Amino acid sequence: MTATQSFYHTSAPPGLTGVKSWLLTHDHKRLGLMYLAAIFFWFILATFLGLMLRTELMTQGRTIMGPEMYNSVFTLHGVIMIFLFMIPGIPAIFGNFFLPIQLGADDVFFPRLNLFSWYLFMLGSLFAVVSLFVGEGFPDTGWTFYVPFSVQNTANVGMTVTAAFILGMSSMLTGLNFVTTFHRMRDKKMGLMQIPLFTWSLYATAWVQILATPVISITLVLVVVERLLNIGLFDPDRGGDPLLYQHMFWMYSHPAVYIMILPGMGVISEIIPVFSRKSIFGYKAIVWSSMAIAIAGSLVWAHHMYTSGMSDVSVFVFSLLTFLVAIPSAVKVFSWVATMYKGSIQLSPPLLFSLMFIYLFSVGGLTGLVLGAAGPNIHVHDTHFVVAHFHFVMFGGTGFAFFAALHYWWPKMFGIMYSFRAANIGAVLTAVGFIFHYVPMLILGLQGMPRRYYDYLPQFETGNFLAGFGGYLMVLGIVIMFVNLLRSFAKRIPAPADPWGGTTLEWKIPSPPPLHNFPEKPEIMEFPYDFTEVVKRSEKNGMKGGVR
Amino acid sequence: MSSRIDETGIKIGMWLFLYSEIILFGGLFVLYAVYFYEYAEFFALGGKELDRIIGAVNTVVLLVSSFTVAASITAIQRDARKQTIGLLIFSIFCGFIFLVNKYFEWGAKIHHDIYPNSDTLVNGEPGLNIFFGLYYVITGLHGLHVIIGMVLLTISLVLVLTGKLTSSRFVMLDNSGLYWHLVDLIWIFVFPLFYLVL
Repeated sequence: MTATQSFYHTSAPPGLTGVKSWLLTHDHKRLGLMYLAAIFFWFILATFLGLMLRTELMTQGRTIMGPEMYNSVFTLHGVIMIFLFMIPGIPAIFGNFFLPIQLGADDVFFPRLNLFSWYLFMLGSLFAVVSLFVGEGFPDTGWTFYVPFSVQNTANVGMTVTAAFILGMSSMLTGLNFVTTFHRMRDKKMGLMQIPLFTWSLYATAWVQILATPVISITLVLVVVERLLNIGLFDPDRGGDPLLYQHMFWMYSHPAVYIMILPGMGVISEIIPVFSRKSIFGYKAIVWSSMAIAIAGSLVWAHHMYTSGMSDVSVFVFSLLTFLVAIPSAVKVFSWVATMYKGSIQLSPPLLFSLMFIYLFSVGGLTGLVLGAAGPNIHVHDTHFVVAHFHFVMFGGTGFAFFAALHYWWPKMFGIMYSFRAANIGAVLTAVGFIFHYVPMLILGLQGMPRRYYDYLPQFETGNFLAGFGGYLMVLGIVIMFVNLLRSFAKRIPAPADPWGGTTLEWKIPSPPPLHNFPEKPEIMEFPYDFTEVVKRSEKNGMKGGVR
Repeated sequence: MSSRIDETGIKIGMWLFLYSEIILFGGLFVLYAVYFYEYAEFFALGGKELDRIIGAVNTVVLLVSSFTVAASITAIQRDARKQTIGLLIFSIFCGFIFLVNKYFEWGAKIHHDIYPNSDTLVNGEPGLNIFFGLYYVITGLHGLHVIIGMVLLTISLVLVLTGKLTSSRFVMLDNSGLYWHLVDLIWIFVFPLFYLVL
């Protein structure tokens, strides 16, 4: 076994071949790719479901499906996107693949636990699929499973809830693995302030996963117990308080929003300096803002419940805390923009996606402040404004960061390059479609169109039609992007070890990496974003930058 | 992986996991706190109906077993294999006694028509319904953890018997012990919350 042979050709544990070398692997890189395959599938399915929803809403009355079907489809779209794409997406795929490499380690701390997490993920997905086909039909509660509806309705909620429980377990164990890896496997010479920002953001995320996930686990257990035993813990007739369920649910699910966005921010913090050929502005500020978001983000859950009947004092406190989260988020945005200032910018597909991220995420963040303020919230609560806001943050933010990560690390993961032209076309179409899709929803929401409704008043038809049109454009962009990536397997244009001029450790090893990641002991740089070497190298080669 | 086993790292992982278990029960304790605030007098009333003697016996049983598990870890470090085996068997036995007591306790309550969705609770005071609802959920989940702890201790026992767990490598026993202490610790909170409500 030569040290430079890629991990595709060597199995861990040794001696496994074929399918077994994947299904029983302990290799964090293979597991990352296995997550990629599974998550890819779910993303496409849920995108399709979302498109069906918007098609239904394009015209008034029945367009392609009935109201029950509509309820189930939006529940499925939400559950799949949240639990099977957003939460595991970046940490499970890119975190698994690159966190150990960026730390100079040869694997995660608990490789077998890592494999176990993957199986839990698959088991959870299996439950989610099975719940569609057995019992009394599709669950139709929305992804929040609010009581009393989730406890009383006859649809197959129990199984979907169990699926979410198992997926939560999987995500928590991944977090546990990352925290331990971060502390115990890091290269001895790498100090805390020499760690790449993507890994820092995963570390913050991992803590949120460990801290918050058990709360949703117990809440979901209670939903199942209520369905089975009918205790009445949330039933006002029997002394229970339904509001308490909402508190418990959001105690996890709001921090979960930061589980979704923090890794995305980490990706952007990696990409911006590389393509600006300039050290990241405010490294320490970004690290601290990640931790601040993780902490403050855990204390804002009740801003989902202003209209649920909380006291004015709670509304005031939670509104204030919500505003506080905007500060560290803005620190990051300013740092990214300041990094690009006077940089030598190479507009490649990963950077293009990152720029779109900054723009869309900022809109999402600002509309979040509208919602976080107690007054305006009453006006737009549970309207399409909310839908547009969280799609700006979740899709415009995390989704675009995911695409950026995909295009940034694709050459490293598979050792092949894709066509920049097609990637750029796909990116632009997706972003333009995105704007056309969600801006009408912001306006519809301000005009008072509620979310989750099957039908609407005639004056909302134009907006909904436009949104549907934008949706098709967006999906077209996504299809072009994915087809382009998949075509790179057919063309097989080999990627060099460092196609971008990156400085973090993953760019100092072959593409794709060998089994133990580092053929020789890695050299740890004083500061992870020092581009002097990269700039010198490209000047010597007579190129303006490193991008081929 | 490095050639030497990093036991500190494995323990860090275990502590993180224990932490998540505490949060899991923490969610239930939040429910308890809110409902106690709302129904304090009924919680006191309900608490009087629980058998304090059995509760106290179970507390002692768990405390003793926690001690014997800790002792077994010291024993394996000193290479006293037989002692380790004896102490572990005793600890698992304690867990078993705990469950038997719990069985009789639950049985008696169910016999008196006090169980989730029973007529007495559904038609009775809402405060009592919530108290006993929480009682069944929390002690039930705790009982489940006792069983998991016993399984972990049994695995450690088998490993000692087959000679795979020795004075130079006992992190499995260490971690099972930590888990068992957690189960004990949670009971220390559950006991006063249900049996000794003022």
